[in-house]
Parts: sequence; C-alpha cells; structure tokens
Amino acid sequence: MLYEQHKAEIDEILARYPVDRKRSALLPLLYLAQDVYGRLDRDSIREVAEILDLPYTDVFEVVGFYTLFYNEEVGKVVLDVCDDVPCCFCGAEELVADLENRLGIKAGETTKDKVFTLRRVKCIAACDQAPVLQANLEFHNRVLPDKVEAMLAKLRNDVESGKPVSISGRLAER
Amino acid sequence: MPKTELKEYIVMRNREIENIRDLDVYLASGGYAMAKQALTSMTPAAIIDEVKKSGLRGRGGAGFPTGVKWSFVPKELNPKYLVVNADESEPGTFNNHEIIDENPHQLLEGIVISAFAIGANVAYIYIRGEFAYGARFLEQKIAEARARGLIGKNLFGTGYDVEIYVHRGAGAYICGEETALLESLEGKIGQPRLKPPFPAVAGLYAKPTVVNNVETLTNVPRIIEKGADWFRSFGTEKSPGTKAVSISGHVKKPGNYEIPLGITIREFIFDWAGGMRDPNLPLKFIIPGGASSNWLTEQHLDLPMTWDDMAAAGTMLGSGAMVVLDTSVPVVRAALKVDEFFKHESCGKCSPCREGTHFLVKVWERIDEGHGRVGDIELLADVGKQMLGKCFCPLGDSSVSAVNSAIKFFRPELDAAIDAQH
Repeated sequence: MLYEQHKAEIDEILARYPVDRKRSALLPLLYLAQDVYGRLDRDSIREVAEILDLPYTDVFEVVGFYTLFYNEEVGKVVLDVCDDVPCCFCGAEELVADLENRLGIKAGETTKDKVFTLRRVKCIAACDQAPVLQANLEFHNRVLPDKVEAMLAKLRNDVESGKPVSISGRLAER
Repeated sequence: MPKTELKEYIVMRNREIENIRDLDVYLASGGYAMAKQALTSMTPAAIIDEVKKSGLRGRGGAGFPTGVKWSFVPKELNPKYLVVNADESEPGTFNNHEIIDENPHQLLEGIVISAFAIGANVAYIYIRGEFAYGARFLEQKIAEARARGLIGKNLFGTGYDVEIYVHRGAGAYICGEETALLESLEGKIGQPRLKPPFPAVAGLYAKPTVVNNVETLTNVPRIIEKGADWFRSFGTEKSPGTKAVSISGHVKKPGNYEIPLGITIREFIFDWAGGMRDPNLPLKFIIPGGASSNWLTEQHLDLPMTWDDMAAAGTMLGSGAMVVLDTSVPVVRAALKVDEFFKHESCGKCSPCREGTHFLVKVWERIDEGHGRVGDIELLADVGKQMLGKCFCPLGDSSVSAVNSAIKFFRPELDAAIDAQH
C-alpha cells in the first residue's frame, strides 16, 4: 500500500543509497509512513520492514529509539517545547504551564479533539530564542505569554482549513 | 579593554552579505570559484596540505586538526565517503543552525572541495531530525547548485563527480558522536561503535569515511581562497581562525557571534553579548562549552577562548556554546536539568552511562523536590566517580560535569539545600 501509493517518493529515497544498503532508507521511510498513517503502529512498521526486507523487530527497535517517531496516537499538531538548560530558566516552564492550561492537558498528552499533542523536549538548537517550541517541527521563537493565544488559533485554523499536515516535517517549507 | 575587532567574517558571512543564501548572491560574492579553482588547478594532496597548514581544527567539539583527519584516509580503498555532521544537539549550541539557514552555499562549496580532497564521490549531510526546515532548504539549495553544474557529474569539466544527499536523523543527541551517526545513517539505532577501526579506515558501510562538522567545512572555501597564512592571521597559534559561538541564558544579547579565537570569556560576555540581562542579578556560573562541559565562575572570566586554554582550565570550548546563568538560578535545579538531558539521551549501550545517569537524576530530583538525604552529595560524587572514564563513549562522562562542577563551586549551597530539608 505505502509503496504503491508513494512509489516515486520511495524510489527517490532509495536511490540516495547504494543498492545493497537500502536499510539506510529506514529513517526517511518511517517519516513517510508516520505522515501517511498518523503514527507508527504495528501494521505501518511491518509495511516499512517489508519494503526494505528487514525483520519487523529491527524496525520496531529503531522506532523506539528516536524521539521523533510516534508509536502512540498524536494530534495533528505536535507541540515540542524545549525545557532544557537554558530555556528552563528563560520562560520555558511558564510556557509549558500556559499551554497546559489553555489546552486542558498535561505535557505528554493529546487534546480530546486530537488537534494538539504537547511534549517537553530536550535542546532544539535555538537557545537564544527562548522560550522556544516547534509545531510539527516548525520553529516558533520567543513564545512570550502575549503570543500564545494567537499562535494556537493559527495552528488550529490551519488544521481545520484542511492545510496539508506533516507531523514528521516532511513537507517543511521556509 | 576595547572590544577586539573581527577583521572579516569567515563562516557567518551572511552577517555582512545580505541574502548570501541565494545562489546568485553567493556567486556574485565569488562563490563556487574556489571549488572550481581547487578542482581544476590543485591536486587533492595540495588541498589537504593547505588545510593542514592552516591549522583548521574540527569545530564540532573535539578540535582535532581537520587536514590530519583527512590524511588518515587510505588512498587505495574505495569508495570513500564524506559525511557532514549537522546533528547539532549539544544544549547551548545553535551556530550550525544559522550557517545552514543563512549561508548554505558556502557549506556546500566546502563539501565539494573536501570531498574532492579525500576522493569521495558521495557526501551525506546528516542533519538532526528537528531541522526539518533546514533539511528541505538544503535539498533546495543542492538542487539549485546542481542545475548550474556546481554539484553533480563532471564538475568544471574535470571528470570529477560528486553527489550530496541530505539525510535526516530522528531525534537522538548521541548521533552527534561520529560512529553513532554512521550507525544511524545505516538505518540502525544510534549507538557508538568500538574504535578502532576509526571511520577514516572503516566508516560508513565499512568504507573509508571522513566525518566533519558543518562549521569546519564552511571554513574550507575561504582557506582555499585566501590561503593558510591569512587564516592563521585570526586566532592564536594553536587555535587559528575564528569560531562561531552561541551564547544564551541571562545575557542582554543572546545569539551567535563569530569571534577570533583567543578573546577572553569576560570580553565575550560583557563586550560582545552585552553583559548580564538584569543589573540586579549578577553572574553565578557559566556552562562554557555546552552541557557536557565543566562549569566556570567569575574567577575564570579572563580565560582565553581556545581549545587548549579551556582544556588547561579543566573544561572545554566544545562546539562553541556558552550558557550564562545569573544568581536567580538554583544550582540543584540546573544540575538536575543537565543530567536529565544526559539520562534522556543515553543510548543504553553501556551500563555505567545507562544506569549512572538514572541514579544521578534520581538523587538530584529528590534534593530538588525537598527530600534530599544526608549523604546525598557524597552519593552523587561516588556515582560520578564510578562513571567517569568507564563509559563506552563521552556521553556518560559528560553527565558527571554538572555533578563535579556543582560540588566544586557550590558545595555550601548544596549542603544548605539538604540541611533545610531536615
């Protein structure tokens, strides 16, 4: 299914690596599968494993290792707030609390309407922009209290207006 | 003392040439002329020699001489690979982020020259998964350069081919360690490999591989253009050139700065980054080279920012990431957050790191939450002692920096935190 429906993209990915090293395509294919299926459940993992002739367990292990692969259901927009040093001393804790309050969930949870998932993450290499978050891997810099409401409204509107969503950042544009 | 002037930018040229990210602007500023010159008029050995003479050291953290690293690649083994480490993940570091977003063609030109020098026809840019936009952006830039014949087959009519591919990681700090990066690029979990063999001999797909940091390679076109002597006119004898340094935390002007190596920490914080943010909250401590580094305090402000001076003071310049924290920061919380990072990012391969980081966090956490026990500081020191030098790769050791630094400089504050709980 995945291969048939995304043949051109998958073939282009496979062509980047030597023919006898197609396992290298695993991370990009998992990103694709995650976007198509919304998360990496057992069936989608199995499908990727079959495309690359890999044992299912090898792929399962890789999915578990990396933080940007989601086993569990996530919302259409994954909000990743950096709470590392120095962000945690520059407004990140206040931002997490504010988002939890507005969304009615705790970090690590998804809203009932499945629009937002909120996560605390480690350094995302934008420390001078603290407090900083990524929404589906798009940076939102200096998310000070007065910016939160408008940011959430825009993100929600993007989802509701049917704009293509990529939780894996596969379709990222500047 | 007046602020040292940077004569000109070497890597962050986006700060002086507007829109240098656009290929036409880059070409107009002399872009890709050095790739052409290197490929058409220099031998690989001559390029390696020039880079060796420049004294360029790896900007990713270790500071290993780049030209020497290149010369370890055995000539007779093929294919060879160049792998670009764009997995910028050390807490406090965000300078590769700017180079990728704002000066991508200088990086790509550096890749072309360096790949030619080591005899590689394929280069992979391993970029951290969170830089989804940076990854797509680089792909667009590669496509633009390819369309003008600056990347691809038969470059400048020399018969030399090079392809550059962008490969996104998926969220794992350990993949910044070069052998873990190679594992990840091969589609596996990112756990470091036993060395030797070193990647120069058996790296990607067990073939000779050079892994270089983004900033390191971005220096290369300018070294070819202006020569080793010009490069050495910046910085110090043992740390020549400039360094893109990220500064964050409680300073007035956080951001990236390209500094001549060798200026003091005092000058960097107070003259370049504007000093402390709040006049009522003085400097408490500095994490000078990313979360992995041992902390410094006010007594170290006159330390020159070079690899060797920082190492002599028991810390490191690292990837160029200075986190400055004021007196509002509780030491226990800071150490807890640093060690939470290492616990989260431990790859699980070796037990001292996998278990040790959990123990450290557990103890820091109970002190932070008000349940510290008498003897906890000694316990932290003891766990650190059992980890230091006993982990498979530097990640485990790095988690001990916060422990030892907190104890060394802030023992009374730690003791008081525990005493207050009894």
